[in-house]
Amino acid sequence: MSLILAENIQKDYQTGDICIKALKNINFEIKPSSFVSFVGPSGSGKTTLLNLIGCLDKPTSGKLNVAGTDVVSLNRKQSALFRGKTIGFIFQDFNLIPILTVYENIEYPLLMVEVIPPDDRKKRVNELLEAVGMVEQKGKYPDQISGGQKQRVAVARALVTNPKLVLADEPTANLDHKTAYMVIGLMKKMRDEFKTTFIFSTHDQKIVGEVDVLYTLEDGELKSVEVKRGGKKNA
Amino acid sequence: MRNLFKIAVRNLMRYKRRTSLTVSLISIGVVFVLVFISVSGSFKNMMIGQITDSLVGHIQVHRKGYLAAIENMPLDLNLKFSEFKQLENTLSKQSEIEAYSPRIKLGGMLSNFVATSNISLIAVYPDMEFKTLPLLPSKIINGAKKFNRGEIIIPELLATGMNVKVGDVVVVVATNNDGSVNGKQFKVAGIVERLFGPSGRNGYMHIEDAAELLRMEEIEVNEVAIRLKNFDMLNPMNQKLEKLLSEELSPQGKQLFEVHTWEKLTPFSTIARMIDVMTFFIKLMLTAIVLISIMNVMIMAVYERIREIGTIAAIGTLPGKILSMFIIEGLCLGVAGVAIGNIMGMLIIFIINSLRFTFNFGMVTGLLLSAKIHPADLLSISITVIIVSIIASLEPAFKASKMEPIKALRHI
Repeated sequence: MSLILAENIQKDYQTGDICIKALKNINFEIKPSSFVSFVGPSGSGKTTLLNLIGCLDKPTSGKLNVAGTDVVSLNRKQSALFRGKTIGFIFQDFNLIPILTVYENIEYPLLMVEVIPPDDRKKRVNELLEAVGMVEQKGKYPDQISGGQKQRVAVARALVTNPKLVLADEPTANLDHKTAYMVIGLMKKMRDEFKTTFIFSTHDQKIVGEVDVLYTLEDGELKSVEVKRGGKKNA
Repeated sequence: MRNLFKIAVRNLMRYKRRTSLTVSLISIGVVFVLVFISVSGSFKNMMIGQITDSLVGHIQVHRKGYLAAIENMPLDLNLKFSEFKQLENTLSKQSEIEAYSPRIKLGGMLSNFVATSNISLIAVYPDMEFKTLPLLPSKIINGAKKFNRGEIIIPELLATGMNVKVGDVVVVVATNNDGSVNGKQFKVAGIVERLFGPSGRNGYMHIEDAAELLRMEEIEVNEVAIRLKNFDMLNPMNQKLEKLLSEELSPQGKQLFEVHTWEKLTPFSTIARMIDVMTFFIKLMLTAIVLISIMNVMIMAVYERIREIGTIAAIGTLPGKILSMFIIEGLCLGVAGVAIGNIMGMLIIFIINSLRFTFNFGMVTGLLLSAKIHPADLLSISITVIIVSIIASLEPAFKASKMEPIKALRHI
């Protein structure tokens, strides 16, 4: 059973009279609990593909099934609900909400996306605070913590709703070497602990070295698939 | 919902200076409206009080057609004694009516044997008139605050011009309904002050003296002034009387009576209406202030937080919740502005009343400014500001909720 199944995915952008083919006939399958990365140079289509998987955008043509749902047919509201329940996001710039504390940032999806009893909510947030090692900073605001700590909070926020899938767009791009390794380690630990699938778009060799399956994109085409450990080649 | 409010308040506190300026602007607007309404309302109420309580009463009833000819004070449009009794029978049954006073208004010549001048006279039963116009006794500046048969109260203007004093004997000559001229001697019992400047020529005499002067076989009246227990019931009571009296017909089958509120009987109602119009425009200005200031702040807030909107949308926040977030922000601005504005406004009104300002109206001087704000006005202004705050937030909030997360996340 695949978590993600993409068939003949194509994405075109129209700029005036010019049609840019961002993705050309992409096919792949990703299994649950995988640690997967899409790599490639800038403009190769990594982020576009992640946006399609994350239901933030729709393909021009092709079929895309995520966690048993045909995401191409979802409307705006259904997409939002689907993202809230099924997908966690980790951004390159962390994108924490500056007016909320570390605790409140992690709690946010449980308040705004899901309806969970306060006691369960508290338990879940504290569990994740502990898992990412941010218990002592839980009362601090994003501007009072370091970049690495911010990304740990972002990881916790992405996992708080128990999503099947976490999408991370260049998650280590703004982190130093040591912190990047620490964040990657944390995400692997989370994958092992919560059985969540992590998909990255990156050209960071630190991540590349750690993933199970490595997809290489070039000019919108899937050039190669490298199964490093535990994954299944299916492109 | 509590969380949406918490987020809204924190977002507002993020830009303290901008939020403070917007709230201050709304508060100042609310203060201006409250102070204007209370002061102009005080002036308006004082003016209406002076007119209704010392001159015309709250409502007047005449024979149908009398008002159109009121300037000539025609005697051929008097209500016969039986017709007045018919009217009195209806009026006495109305629990909303505190008092009423039958009157004969007539024109005549006043002579003190040295000089002669024309005079307008209102012939009344003094007790009934003073109950209907409770401020009238205070307008009698010289002499007794009451008068009996054979006595006359003359206007200050004539008393000064003709050098007439209290206790002097004067003669009033009037033309009756048949055209014959009759005269009667009176003792000056008092002098009534001019309410509205040099045109005030109204004097008072006993209604039975007027009937004698006009050689009426039985008392006829051409005006009945009415005082209500509650002035706020003016329009409902006017409508009720109109309905009741429209059923009273003359022997010819025509409508016998006409009913008018004080507003139809004095030009000063125009001033009252002007005050209402000015109040409306002041409220409109407040609405514009609130609308523009909140819309400006919310447009800025949306523009500055595009990436944040993209983030919360990406992690699954529904468009409706994003819409609510921004509307609640605008609502909080409005509520804060109204709360501070109401407190400051009440404080300023209290200070104005403490300083005991006085103003003049017509020839009446030293009227104490008693600024009051009705709870209904306070409520209506507060509700208006809050509704306008929500309306002002709608467009930016819609924009935020409709934002494509992918585009918002790319925003720099």
